[in-house]
Amino acid sequence: MVNTTERRIVVVGASLGGLRAAEQLRAAGWDGEIEVIGDEPYAPYNRPPLSKELLANPGLSADEALAKVAFRRKKQTEDVTFRLGSAVVSSNLQERVLRLADGTQVTFDGLVIASGLRARRLTAPGPMGGRHVIRTLDDSLALHSELKPGTQVVVIGAGFIGCEAAATALELGCDVTLVEGGKGPMHRPLGSDVAEAFRRRLVRRGITCLADRHVEKFEACDTDSTRVGAVVLASGERLPTEVVIEAVGSVPNVEWLEGNDLNLTDGVLCDEWLRPVGTSNVVAVGDIARFPDLRLRQTPRRIEHWATPGDTAKTAARTLTADLAGASLPDPCDALPNFWSDQFGLRISGLGSPALADELAVMEGTLDDIDAGIAVGYWRDSVLVGVVVAGLPAQRLLQYRTQLTAAAV
Amino acid sequence: MKVHVDRKLCDNHGQCAIAAPDVFRMNDDGVLEYDENITDDQVDEVEEAIDVCPVQAILLASD
Ligand SMILES: Cc1cc2nc3c(=O)[nH]c(=O)nc-3n(C[C@H](O)[C@H](O)[C@H](O)COP(=O)(O)OP(=O)(O)OC[C@H]3O[C@@H](n4cnc5c(N)ncnc54)[C@H](O)[C@@H]3O)c2cc1C
Ligand code: SF4
Repeated sequence: MVNTTERRIVVVGASLGGLRAAEQLRAAGWDGEIEVIGDEPYAPYNRPPLSKELLANPGLSADEALAKVAFRRKKQTEDVTFRLGSAVVSSNLQERVLRLADGTQVTFDGLVIASGLRARRLTAPGPMGGRHVIRTLDDSLALHSELKPGTQVVVIGAGFIGCEAAATALELGCDVTLVEGGKGPMHRPLGSDVAEAFRRRLVRRGITCLADRHVEKFEACDTDSTRVGAVVLASGERLPTEVVIEAVGSVPNVEWLEGNDLNLTDGVLCDEWLRPVGTSNVVAVGDIARFPDLRLRQTPRRIEHWATPGDTAKTAARTLTADLAGASLPDPCDALPNFWSDQFGLRISGLGSPALADELAVMEGTLDDIDAGIAVGYWRDSVLVGVVVAGLPAQRLLQYRTQLTAAAV
Repeated sequence: MKVHVDRKLCDNHGQCAIAAPDVFRMNDDGVLEYDENITDDQVDEVEEAIDVCPVQAILLASD
């Protein structure tokens, strides 16, 4: 083994991707220094509860909430340094140096890009008070404090996070309207028929769903000009409200990488070993990495699921240590994507790439009664490329997974 | 080594059964079953199961 103890790998981003990268670097035999730099004040924590249990769970201080969602620190990473509350503002990958917000320069031998995404904001004009996004622990706690029973809430965007937030707000006793930008709840991954079935379910539970609407502006409330009082849609409709949840997607945190000749269109374009194209001794992991699809040979894309940081960190860490040691490369990343969402006590799980399908069919159950359990298959060019399961025991999901991996070429 | 799953946390996601199928299984009711005692050569896959569990319900301790 090469002596790496004098050398340093810096990880930018202290969330799931950054944590898994540090763990996997140790697992890959890197015994040099590892420093993880993150701009949030918290050690790595789990985001899925932010729109689910943690948003629903009342009366927690920030410390108690963090204790609930913080990731465990593994023994192998006890000597990893975490520099928290510190943003990287620029980088020179040739010279191997980063600059932090306070002007500090940090040098590195190897770099892991794990700076993930931030919530996209609507640009429609109007006051900001009462408008929320859900990406961080602070976002979730701030939103929770406004979701009192009887509060009028408008959720804008019907992806997974918008649907989860709408369900949680309704369960907290709020009066909820869901403004769908597109063709139905979770339409992009699930397809029209399935999206419509989920809309019927949301409506039955008491959510008002407005399909294919766009926000024109926000109006101030009568008593406080800094707070939102109504959402005005391009259709002319006016929705009086006290709280707005903007769940309109995300923006990759790539600004600190500008000026390095990288392809930063929709994340960081990487090869199948998670190396940003045109770099050496650099890898990217998690939500920010746009990498080739070795299973379906599709254009490189980002995969915004919880499992992705773990899957990509494994390949990326082995690749980076191999590159730094001049050793041969590991297997490239070809993990099967998987995701889940919880809405009104129903677990929706997805495997593979349903969003790429050109055809879908119900394999089990009926779209008229999702709660009784359904499985939907997604095909592309007659090959099974994805399965979505809702309300079925996990054992069924595992069986469909076997079917899906067998179908893959 | 001994595996322990915190049943209060476990949400029956089944991810552990994908990562380490000879230690973790989902029964027909969708409930997790697992072996408490594992051998040294099962440690790596259990570590993997620990990483993929979305609720951090799995613990591994030396006995
Ligand atoms: C509300 C919510 C619910 C979710 N629910 C699910 C779910 O049910 N199922 C599922 O499969 N997935 C879910 N996800 C997705 C999952 O949480 C993400 O895929 C995962 O968090 C990605 O991890 P990451 O480390 O790649 O990026 P991130 O978690 O985005 O972390 C990036 C970190 O880097 C920091 N950073 C950014 N720029 C800089 C900089 N210049 N300097 C220093 N630090 C920087 C950021 O502040 C952040 O802490 C959910 C996400 C959210 C937000
Ligand atoms: S992955 Fe975690 S939550 Fe899922 S069954 Fe295994 S222990 Fe339970």
